[in-house]
Amino acid sequence: MSLSNEQVGHIARLARIALSDTELDATRAKLNGIFGLIEQMQAVDTTGVEPMSHPQELATRLRADVVTETDRRDAFQQVAPQTEAGLYLVPKVIE
Amino acid sequence: MINASLPELRRALDARQISAVELASLFLDRIDALNPELNAFITVDREGALAAARAADARIAAGSAGPLTGIPLAHKDVFCTEGVLTTCGSKMLSNFVSPYDAHVVSLLKAAGTVSLGKANMDEFAMGSSNESSYYGPARNPWNTQRIPGGSSGGSAAAVAARLAPIATGSDTGGSVRQPAAYCGITGIKPTYGLVSRWGMIAYASSLDQGGAFGASAEDCALLLAAMTGFDERDSTSLERPTEDYAAALAAPAPARPLEGLRIGLPREFFAEGMADDVRAAVEAALSQYRALGATTVEVSLPNARLAIPAYYVIAPAECSSNLSRFDGVRYGHRAADYGDLADMYGKSRAEGFGAEVKRRILVGTYVLSHGYYDAYYLQAQRLRRLIAQDFQAALQHCDLIAGPTTPTTAWALGEMADDPVQMYLSDIYTIAVNLAGLPGLSHPAGFGADGLPVGLQLIGDYFAETRLLNAAHRFQQATDWHARRPGCVA
Repeated sequence: MSLSNEQVGHIARLARIALSDTELDATRAKLNGIFGLIEQMQAVDTTGVEPMSHPQELATRLRADVVTETDRRDAFQQVAPQTEAGLYLVPKVIE
Repeated sequence: MINASLPELRRALDARQISAVELASLFLDRIDALNPELNAFITVDREGALAAARAADARIAAGSAGPLTGIPLAHKDVFCTEGVLTTCGSKMLSNFVSPYDAHVVSLLKAAGTVSLGKANMDEFAMGSSNESSYYGPARNPWNTQRIPGGSSGGSAAAVAARLAPIATGSDTGGSVRQPAAYCGITGIKPTYGLVSRWGMIAYASSLDQGGAFGASAEDCALLLAAMTGFDERDSTSLERPTEDYAAALAAPAPARPLEGLRIGLPREFFAEGMADDVRAAVEAALSQYRALGATTVEVSLPNARLAIPAYYVIAPAECSSNLSRFDGVRYGHRAADYGDLADMYGKSRAEGFGAEVKRRILVGTYVLSHGYYDAYYLQAQRLRRLIAQDFQAALQHCDLIAGPTTPTTAWALGEMADDPVQMYLSDIYTIAVNLAGLPGLSHPAGFGADGLPVGLQLIGDYFAETRLLNAAHRFQQATDWHARRPGCVA
């Protein structure tokens, strides 16, 4: 398998990572090397093998539907790039 | 005092031969002297350390000290520390002063440990050499032109150079065991689920597990015991009683302390690929294990060769999901100039992440994208089960599995910097253990041709931490590889 520049550009847009045209070629070459490694998986017949998502067979724990956290908005917003009146500021999305 | 074991430090503190403040100052001064060259710490927290040491001294004076009260340590910078810069080795978090403590950090604070600062690491724990750190690589104390290993390279270098007696780490594909091997110290990654991931910045959640570094298995046992325990804030934390790992080690050693222990040697780990000097040290260590009473038996892990390809699907997939939280909105780096929201995301992430992190996010995005999920992600998960089943089959014939931790000793800085795939292959012996979720330990087993340390890896069944630590401890009681120090430790 070999990715095209168009495919790499598409993945980068999905991942929300800006890639310049000059970075595209270098990134594509490295990604193709990695996919070359990954392709070794395809030679194995895994018919009937149950996928393993997790090392332990765990059921999701349930808890009572009650508030357990205290309000620490000020502390958490101190590390935010831009806030105002308790809100996170981003460029205008809806005109 | 800098070479003292944790039990020796405990006795000295309790006997008032040294105060916690004096002990912290001793290590802080070593950090001041040696860190400019070793780059093992990203952040040194002198003020916080001395405050914690004063509190520890008060506790010791009050007679309420625990095993770790007053013991200095380093935290890998993957663990959130309230009020202290927590970068995860990334420009993305280069301005992130955490508003909360990771569960592990809380536990170790409550135990009275004294955090000296935050240890260097590969960016977001993605790397095997520490070279992907935004802060530059930590260096191997045995030879500063060599890599310390990764991703917990700063933690391992700090303990090896005695900038800290012990350190925390995290291990997703070998990130505790591999740097422990390269730096000539002991490191353990416990069974997945024993150490809470809460506040440990996520890379690949089904593989990430906190771990412990020390000069010996005994020191690791004391640290690990204080790090484990159920935490309801981690959905995969296991509800099990905690174990006193050090207690089992305290029993006196009979002449043949490992009598009856069956050690499995996976044929695939002793095949081609292992360097001759690593093989010689590993074989000599295994002879020592036999002299201590253990027997060795050949076992097989036929799917082990698929661990790296499967890992490089599963880990990037989980990473692409986990790292989507870094969007320049709530914390972390935001680009200075941007147009609309999508532009802000794209530029902030392009500027904040380094090359290796971007590569793994892109691989993960691709394998999870529409039309490719079954061929990549599900296939990798099926291989994961085959790999886990191999270990269970092998463990029918033995009590633990042993082999090299790494195929070679530490390589030169820059040697693999431009070849990610070559670097991935260096984790061939450690990655399968994470996929299965088993505990693994690396301990010093001698030196290679170039005077660099060689590690022996022990792998156990789920919850076999005590067995791993005890085997390594008995080995260390009979040998002195773990007591060797690099030149910077006078």
